[in-house]
Amino acid sequence: MALLFFEQILNGVQFGVMLFLIAAGLTLVFGIMNLINIAHGVLYMIGAYICASVIQVTGSFWQGVVVAILGTLVVGIFVEVLVFRRLYHRTHLDQVLATFGVTMFFNELVRMIWGPTAIYAPMPEFLSGFVEIIPGSPFPVYRLAIIAAGLCAGAALYVVITYTRLGMLIRAGASNRAMIDALGVNIKLLYTVVFGIGAALAGFAGLMAGPLLTVESGMGNDMLILALVVITIGGVGSIRGALFASLLIGIIDAMGRSFLRPLLSTITPQTFADTAAPAIASMLIYLTMALVLIFRPQGLFPPVVR
Amino acid sequence: MKRLIKSGALALFLSTSLAGVAPAQEPVKIGLVSTMSGPGGVMGRHHKDGAELALEQLGGKLGGVPAEIIVGDDQQKPDIGRQVVEGMLKRDKVKFVTGVVFSNVLLAIVDPIVSAGSILVSASGGPSEIAGAKCMRQFFSTSWQNDQAPEAMGEYMTSQGIKSVAILAPNMVAGKDMLTGFKRYYKGKVAAEIYTNFTQADYQSEMTQIRMAKPDAVFVFYPGGLGIQFVKQYAQSGLQKQIPLYSVYTQNETTIGAIGGAVAGNYEAGFWSAGLMNPVNAAFVEAFRKKYGYLPSEYAAASYDAIRLIDSGMRATGGNVDNNDALIAAMEKAEFDSVRGKFKFNTNHFPVQDYYLFRLEKNDKGEYYRKQEKLILAQHGDSYAKSCQMK
Repeated sequence: MALLFFEQILNGVQFGVMLFLIAAGLTLVFGIMNLINIAHGVLYMIGAYICASVIQVTGSFWQGVVVAILGTLVVGIFVEVLVFRRLYHRTHLDQVLATFGVTMFFNELVRMIWGPTAIYAPMPEFLSGFVEIIPGSPFPVYRLAIIAAGLCAGAALYVVITYTRLGMLIRAGASNRAMIDALGVNIKLLYTVVFGIGAALAGFAGLMAGPLLTVESGMGNDMLILALVVITIGGVGSIRGALFASLLIGIIDAMGRSFLRPLLSTITPQTFADTAAPAIASMLIYLTMALVLIFRPQGLFPPVVR
Repeated sequence: MKRLIKSGALALFLSTSLAGVAPAQEPVKIGLVSTMSGPGGVMGRHHKDGAELALEQLGGKLGGVPAEIIVGDDQQKPDIGRQVVEGMLKRDKVKFVTGVVFSNVLLAIVDPIVSAGSILVSASGGPSEIAGAKCMRQFFSTSWQNDQAPEAMGEYMTSQGIKSVAILAPNMVAGKDMLTGFKRYYKGKVAAEIYTNFTQADYQSEMTQIRMAKPDAVFVFYPGGLGIQFVKQYAQSGLQKQIPLYSVYTQNETTIGAIGGAVAGNYEAGFWSAGLMNPVNAAFVEAFRKKYGYLPSEYAAASYDAIRLIDSGMRATGGNVDNNDALIAAMEKAEFDSVRGKFKFNTNHFPVQDYYLFRLEKNDKGEYYRKQEKLILAQHGDSYAKSCQMK
């Protein structure tokens, strides 16, 4: 039983790390530029599509990774310069409408280029095996790789934010945007760079998710909803909050899906447990968000605002 | 210059609209409402392509009357589907509605169609709710009743002596029907019955639960993108080598391309596959592949048959669509050559058809496909027809 518990925690951590990669970019953009970017899920999707396509043409996973990250970066910056720059001074409602439109545009564009059928995203050979971390339960190497990659990205982000000048500007921008503008920092460039970082992270999450999940138009939609829940719980603008909240959500989700049904069937009839448990399990994440909003609306680790 | 262009445009407009006023035979309109966008969009595309191929082969006419297919997108949402259908009934006055991938959308649209005196020919969704006591004269299905294929699989797995099975499906109308149908015919032990969230992409947690339940086999229903994800992850988790995977509507021509090698050696039960060996089907698959460049799935095949069913009914009434009794009686005879072989309707207007076991293998071109292994149930009806009181 303890082994099952530990294994589900590992599953939850892996899902949480993938969520973190998407949520990190989203929270930075929301915190620094005060832009609600519904189109963030699109960058995740583009990363997956580019990587899958490149691998199908060249056969090399690493080439796929590099081209996908660069490609997503280019698309992200292109959309930022063309569309998002005009949105920074608008209300949140305008931003939601505009970025929602961008999402629909890219979902259709991807369908036009690659067709409506999901495309095949091959898993790299050197990562497709199993490791018995828990004796008797093989755990896919690829998922461990996702955990490792995600944590490395998180660590890199931490180093950049805490120890570099760019990071200092980002933290200052999250605290008091007007002040750094007044101090003569090139805001436009800073915003583009921050957006680029977020886009690259999302693209990376997408290309890692491709071999596991389906690469199809609209694949970013559900991930985006979860990412929004993550940043609400973690606190907008806080990387630490995003990491903690994504891991929390990943674990709650994994636990709920595996343990709620047997738990419920001890106190209610089996048929009720069979149908109610999956429904309740899928609600747990949103219940958590609701609780956080009630008791600590600024999030669990909000950036300090002076 | 501007005046010249304006008057030229006006003249062009008047001439074309006057030409339209000239008396012509009122074409019969068919509304094809299916899921055209989002992850389910590939099935809607198969519906559209199958129906349009059928109409083209019939020379654009059904029963000798020129026909027109109007396509609508239900976006996989029952309320949107209902809106689209109501628009088609009021504005376009469609006599027939076909398509419909998802059973929950179908349940939402069937009432407005019946009230308007039109006929619904489902090319996919087959919920148990309208197969039994609530069966309807104005409903036909050229596809399936949801429980039929899993019943066949349950029958097969029982006959193979498989003692315990873990079964999974998404938590929705069709998912529940599928697992209910399976349990009706499978006589062994259900080691675990798991319903997953419809938007869930990551099944690692369920893989762990399967492993804990230690079944002899796994049976799933995961249509479209869900199937791609589940089958891939099942292979990646290492379970595929120890516990064989059986499915319905999961590993078919809409998903095999994206799943890749993870399908090898798995099983699927169904009434049709692109490899089904009969002359009508061979001609259909070749014509489809030639026109569209990809292999049709059972969604395309059922949609193709739906148009041909409508044609057979209208041929018998001489192109007259106003007398529903005569039209429905003609359609019930199902006098057309179906791509699946022998075809007839049950009392509830659902098909009675053969069900086969397919194995996922590579053909000589190196592509994966569903190889026809054996016939499981011949001329299998559905379990709800006996409660249907239709005449």
